[in-house]
Amino acid sequence: MSAADPMTPAALPEGFAGIAEDFLALGGRDRLQLLLEFSQGLPELPERYAEHPELLEPVPECQSPIFLVTEVEGQGREATARLFFSAPPEAPTTRGFASILAEALDGRSVGEVLETPDTVTGELGLAEVVSPLRLNGMSGMLARIKRQLAEKAGL
Amino acid sequence: MTIAADPSPSLQDYAHPEKLVTTQWLADRLAAGETEGLVVVESDEDVLLYETGHIPGAVKIDWHLDLNDPVTRDYVDGEGFAKLMDASGITRETTVVLYGDKSNWWAAYALWVFELFGHPDVRLLDGGRAAWEAEGREMTTSDEGRPAPTSGYPAITREDAPLRAFREDVLDFLGGPLIDVRSPQEYSGERTHMPDYPQEGTVRGGHIPTARSVPWARAAADDGRFKPRTELESIYREELGFDTATPTIVYCRIGERSAHTWFVLTHLLGFESVRNYDGSWTEWGNGVRLPIAQGAEPGEVPAR
Repeated sequence: MSAADPMTPAALPEGFAGIAEDFLALGGRDRLQLLLEFSQGLPELPERYAEHPELLEPVPECQSPIFLVTEVEGQGREATARLFFSAPPEAPTTRGFASILAEALDGRSVGEVLETPDTVTGELGLAEVVSPLRLNGMSGMLARIKRQLAEKAGL
Repeated sequence: MTIAADPSPSLQDYAHPEKLVTTQWLADRLAAGETEGLVVVESDEDVLLYETGHIPGAVKIDWHLDLNDPVTRDYVDGEGFAKLMDASGITRETTVVLYGDKSNWWAAYALWVFELFGHPDVRLLDGGRAAWEAEGREMTTSDEGRPAPTSGYPAITREDAPLRAFREDVLDFLGGPLIDVRSPQEYSGERTHMPDYPQEGTVRGGHIPTARSVPWARAAADDGRFKPRTELESIYREELGFDTATPTIVYCRIGERSAHTWFVLTHLLGFESVRNYDGSWTEWGNGVRLPIAQGAEPGEVPAR
């Protein structure tokens, strides 16, 4: 895999490529609007988690409270990854990050998610509009998603 | 001062009541269209919150994107600030009312930066965004009423010394009135280290030796407004035994929560000299040979 070679940046994974294209096509203020649309589109938690918030893992890299949980359908790298997030409406940036990850990764194979380069969060054109510091929150979510999935898929 | 201070009785006990406005005062002015010489500025932790809806006519200033210079690891310079003011429709004569999320943490931080540039009239909306929303007051996503850009804000040389402490200042200050406004867990040092997890990262947990622990939120009431002066006096004057005439330094993790406490001490209690150490724990906790203390006690001044 060329992903290990820092001289040739790997193409963005399929789930992220379209999202990155959409963001990069827009100027600053419109890019924020798109992130806002993502935040508004974050799916609600299914009932089994909404009633049991203790099952979700907190993400302290985000300044605002966000919790996430993953599920796998099957075993190993071919298993299907499912992602669920919870973040309050007063944290729209964090909700936006979660919603991007959900759109890009939910329903893909565990192997695909684990192969997602950690640098992907920096390639969506968001650093300039939300600041690199805030973007750390999305990296934190991605790292936790990968760790949970690897454990749950028995990898 | 361009616009008369809010005369609300609830503010008059504070040392400098003109530094606060009530939600009612602001709502009345907006409703009456009396916005000449007034610019309302939202400054939040969450950079998208303004886009979800804001006080009509408010402009947004983001601490990270607008007030910081990422290259020098410092605030913007006089020219940068002037450019930001021009774009925000703020002249040197404008009355600026700041509000934001998180009980006005970031708004207080922005206000502190405005004061570094000596902006003559800058005030906080007591209770911030949460109080405005809780009272069901008007919010909008429209740009209508937003001030047109202005020009000619002077390039002011920032005057850091009276309001801002640097690590050398703090090192010489150990044993003096120093307040750590972070959570008790950050103060004791039990929080910051989490194996296997990415984080912003401070190498060591703990606090600056001799700093007293007063989490910032103790100055805020449940509704996000500042507590009445008598309650604030009982914390900072009686409990800590701090004196308004003695220079005082406050810090937190990056200087934002401590800006809230800086505002309380300076403008609500009338402390004569309070400096915010904005390098705070992200600098001190990582600083080579800087002494720290761990646990719940302030600790001693280390021998030098």
